[in-house]
Amino acid sequence: MNTAVDTAKREREAPYEGPLLDVRDLHVEFVTRDGVAKAVNGVDYSVSAGETLAVLGESGSGKSVTAQAIMGILDMPPARIPRGEIRFRGRDMLTMGKEERRKIRGQKIAMIFQDALSALNPVLSVGYQLGEMFRAHRGVSRAEAREKAVELMERVRIPAAKQRVNDYPHQFSGGMRQRIMIAMALALEPDLIIADEPTTALDVTVQAQVMDLLAELQAEYNMGLILITHDLGVVADVADKIAVMYAGRIVETAPVHELYARPAHPYTRGLLDSIPRLDQKGQELYAIKGLPPNLLRIPPGCAFNPRCPRAQDVCRAEVPDLFPVTEEDGTPLEGRGSACFFWKETLHDR
Amino acid sequence: MPDIHDEDSYEPHPKPGVSHLDYAGEQGMAVEQETLVERDPVKREEARSLWGDAWRDLRGRPIFLISAVLILLLVVMAIFPWAFTDTDPRKADLVNDYLRRPNWGDVFGGGWFGYDAQGRSIYARVIYGARASITVGIFVTAAVTVLGGLTGMVAGYFGGAVDAVVSRITDIFFGIPLLLGALVLLNAFATRTVWSVVIALGVLGWTQIARVMRGAVLTVKQADFVVAGRALGAGTGRLMFRHILPNAIAPVIVVATIALGGYIATEATLSFLGIGLQDPTISWGIDISSAQKVIRTAPYVLFFPAAALSVTVLAFIMLGDAVRDALDPKLR
Repeated sequence: MNTAVDTAKREREAPYEGPLLDVRDLHVEFVTRDGVAKAVNGVDYSVSAGETLAVLGESGSGKSVTAQAIMGILDMPPARIPRGEIRFRGRDMLTMGKEERRKIRGQKIAMIFQDALSALNPVLSVGYQLGEMFRAHRGVSRAEAREKAVELMERVRIPAAKQRVNDYPHQFSGGMRQRIMIAMALALEPDLIIADEPTTALDVTVQAQVMDLLAELQAEYNMGLILITHDLGVVADVADKIAVMYAGRIVETAPVHELYARPAHPYTRGLLDSIPRLDQKGQELYAIKGLPPNLLRIPPGCAFNPRCPRAQDVCRAEVPDLFPVTEEDGTPLEGRGSACFFWKETLHDR
Repeated sequence: MPDIHDEDSYEPHPKPGVSHLDYAGEQGMAVEQETLVERDPVKREEARSLWGDAWRDLRGRPIFLISAVLILLLVVMAIFPWAFTDTDPRKADLVNDYLRRPNWGDVFGGGWFGYDAQGRSIYARVIYGARASITVGIFVTAAVTVLGGLTGMVAGYFGGAVDAVVSRITDIFFGIPLLLGALVLLNAFATRTVWSVVIALGVLGWTQIARVMRGAVLTVKQADFVVAGRALGAGTGRLMFRHILPNAIAPVIVVATIALGGYIATEATLSFLGIGLQDPTISWGIDISSAQKVIRTAPYVLFFPAAALSVTVLAFIMLGDAVRDALDPKLR
């Protein structure tokens, strides 16, 4: 008992050198009646303390499945992880025991869900649910847990927290509920937070407030943050780097502003072009042709080739690696990569 | 603001808006002030949780009120039968011939409902008979709810192989007809008391609850809040009993309440067939059985215990219906 606490303390005191979370060559498949759906096909990414990684992609791109694999909340079966590593502070979580893994969840890595109304238990008061974090993980008393719940609610700026601590989730507005989800994830001051489309269920004005709050708290606690979204607008201000996913692979990585300014993958390009812009008022909005691939039958070669305006024979034959992206003169661009044979042409827009 | 709780509005509680204003002012949250003043803590106490809502809904239903009063009366009767009659239900005085009609003037007296073939007061026996019925009903229901609830929870939560095995066992028990199975089981008891009937019906009756519970757990298990709970490090026990159970229990309560009436009827049937309770236990089923012999000459000997049984079963079924409507309007 004591030794466990001591080890935990020592871990905290001696900060781990290197990335907090390091995902290497992760594969996730779902065994279905119609065959094996390859949801994640070799994802690599890493997040350090204080850093925000945005994972961008449409539905079915594998962004949420990757997050669920990290959290260890995939239902296995039907899901399985045939290959890959998920290293948290250098230790592969996929090879850990169940109980050890459970202790990481909530305490070291926490998750914020998309729809707070369904992610909160409808029959328990929010105060109970917030307090439960402390009761389950820290074994504090009921009264103390309630106090901590009020504190947390105040920290995520829920007005009149003391009065509202006994209210039920349906008595809060969407934005307030999402704040409660954030409070719950923050409760035990985790090292890493994974936010799966935290603002999708909210209206636009509230989206900004919630994003700001999240960014602010992240900076305050120096946490790593993985922000999963399909909304390019949401990530622009808060993310440090972006990983764009398509059909279970990362097709482009870049520091956030560089990605917006100069995409190096035709898919990213298409995404950016399909954002409505004021200066193009009256013109027809660009849309990427075709549909995302069926994960049961991912096309050979680059998965994006059937929809890609630049596709050549090589794209239909070979799967491109994530090539390092450089300037025209060969100067490497740090943190940039593109899984396109024609990244140069895309980057320099030829 | 219009007060939606008109019936409460006369209550002379002090308006707590002032203190709220102060609090909100300290926090610098002027925007929230208005909503806080509207929120009256006295009224906010009720109808917030699922159970609170259900209770509010129930209170307004005549069916619930009628059945609740009846059940309350029956339970009191079962616990304190002597409060309702001075007559000893086992006293057989052959002076009291069953051919003497009920004496309607003898309210609450021994002869009110007349006498049975052995000269025992039918009224007293109807009163004392409630105890066996209510005991069997409540304890069998408690037993099947615990047994079936746990089984269904385990099957639904763990799924896969566990579910397959547990569900097949449930199916096997489900295949045994309740009455026939109880007949066979009760034959094994040398002397049959209320408790042997409870055991027999409990062992055979849990399958319905198990199935309902399993189905409910399967649905709730998919809910985001269960996944979220797991993602935030909740263990199996906490997920099962703190998060899934309260969300899955409603259909179980409904089925259990309705089934309670059924168990009472089954006990009466078993006793009627002579394989349930035995003399000297007083049971409506036994009385119905013995009334058969005199049914042509004295139908009221049959009528009163049969009516008591019907009303009891009906009360529980009505309660179950009302609870179902309150907890899950979709099932209506």
